[in-house]
Amino acid sequence: MYRSINDWFEAASSADIDLPTAVLRVEIKETGVSEERIRARIAEALGVMRQAVAEGLESDEPSPSGLTGGRARRLVADGPRLLGPRFTDVLARAIATLEVNARMGLIMAAPTAGAAGVVPAVLLALADERGWTEAQLVDAMLVAGGVGAVIAERASIAGAGGGCQAETGSAAAMSAGAVTWLEGGTPEQVGTAVALTLQGMLGLICDPIAGLVEIPCAYRNATGAVNAIAAAEMALAGLDFPVPVDQVIDVMGEVGRKMDVRYRETALGGLAATPAGQEIAERAGMHELVQLQRKGRTEGEETKRFGPS
Amino acid sequence: MTGLFDILGPRMVGPSSSHTAGAARLGYVVQAIIGGVPDSARIGLHGSFAMTGDGHGTKIAITGGLLGYRPDDPRIRDAASAAEQAGLDVTFETLDLGEDAHPNSARFDVLRGDDRITMIGCSIGGGRIRIQRIDGFPVDLSGSLPTVVVQADDVPGTVAEITGMIARRGLNLATIRVDRTGRGEKAMMTIETDAEVPPDLLDELAAKPWAHWIRNVHQLNA
Repeated sequence: MYRSINDWFEAASSADIDLPTAVLRVEIKETGVSEERIRARIAEALGVMRQAVAEGLESDEPSPSGLTGGRARRLVADGPRLLGPRFTDVLARAIATLEVNARMGLIMAAPTAGAAGVVPAVLLALADERGWTEAQLVDAMLVAGGVGAVIAERASIAGAGGGCQAETGSAAAMSAGAVTWLEGGTPEQVGTAVALTLQGMLGLICDPIAGLVEIPCAYRNATGAVNAIAAAEMALAGLDFPVPVDQVIDVMGEVGRKMDVRYRETALGGLAATPAGQEIAERAGMHELVQLQRKGRTEGEETKRFGPS
Repeated sequence: MTGLFDILGPRMVGPSSSHTAGAARLGYVVQAIIGGVPDSARIGLHGSFAMTGDGHGTKIAITGGLLGYRPDDPRIRDAASAAEQAGLDVTFETLDLGEDAHPNSARFDVLRGDDRITMIGCSIGGGRIRIQRIDGFPVDLSGSLPTVVVQADDVPGTVAEITGMIARRGLNLATIRVDRTGRGEKAMMTIETDAEVPPDLLDELAAKPWAHWIRNVHQLNA
């Protein structure tokens, strides 16, 4: 895929094609897979996302750890308050997917399992109201994939690599770019939406309680989705950002590389290492993890050995 | 190189692409290499797999993979009881594969009929895996391409014969790797191709006097 957002936009502009088509062409060239097959796979992905959201909104079933389950339903049942039903719907859909993920349900990682709630929350919650067709949603996923691939090349899309800013941050940036494109934004506005999303999530650590992809992950997916919509709203209004999007991505990568290993999905720092976090890990039977949390080790082999991605 | 579906995917049973989807994929490739669901499997979990695996369903995901479930198969959730019904005896232990091993590594000691194979593999993120050792031979398998594994005598001309067979069928060879225990002893060959290997090629390979055993690992899409 492209090495920079700038390369991608220039390729599209010089070939006089739109952003999804530019992604499609590279994917076809690199894999030899046909356009029809690529589009069909994306449509399947959207189907899995829809199903996971529906399942999560319907069921109260707790995860094996008991840490999550039923929150998406509670949120919806309690009704919208501050910003109306659409806002509540976005939050609930993000949480729903993460709750399904936590109880070993079927989900579509985008770009990871831990951030799988963001893209479906943003795209699917707004689709009906905004009148986006299925074909447009497939195109939007191509834009999301293009954004994600550049971030993966230049920075990181994994909490273990660069903290939560890299994981839900990437998912949010992908969503922001996709929505901006769907709403008729120019490539420049798509880039600005990505930049605005990431600048708002810079430095966010990955500190999963008990090392589980549950809390705070479900909530961070919800706020990541909101962040994406906020960025798209501002970018579509023509608000600009003085730092080019590729440079913002590079900063995210740099912050991620310098982030202490305790804050990169090892469950050895942040919320995971608080007294409350340790108690939950202890109850989940993760005694060795708790011992290491208590030692407060920052470096060394032990710390490298933890954490999902 | 990052492909579109490295970002949009994998389609998987949660909660973790490395600790669940990758674990299932490791189990799946191991059962493919031994030729089907094993009779028994002893699995040693190393590093993060051992430490945080329980919370991510790593053990049941591996068990599901050994039963032939792909990483997106919802039956993974009930793999432990399914293994019991299928007569697959699975045991897990914690082990230390050393500092150089990937944090998400596992060693598989699997039995099927008269076959016994030991494999070491790791889950490298995003649901992707590597099988790094088969019966002590260093290999490098991802399961993302159709793969043939051949244990053979280390005699001259085997690679040329294999590449010839592949070329005659118009198959495109992606990678071929040969490792051996010593000159004139046994060699382990892993061959990755761009399309599924036709059964008659496997038959032709199996008929070669230098081939001990051959395994076909079907492509596992993300």
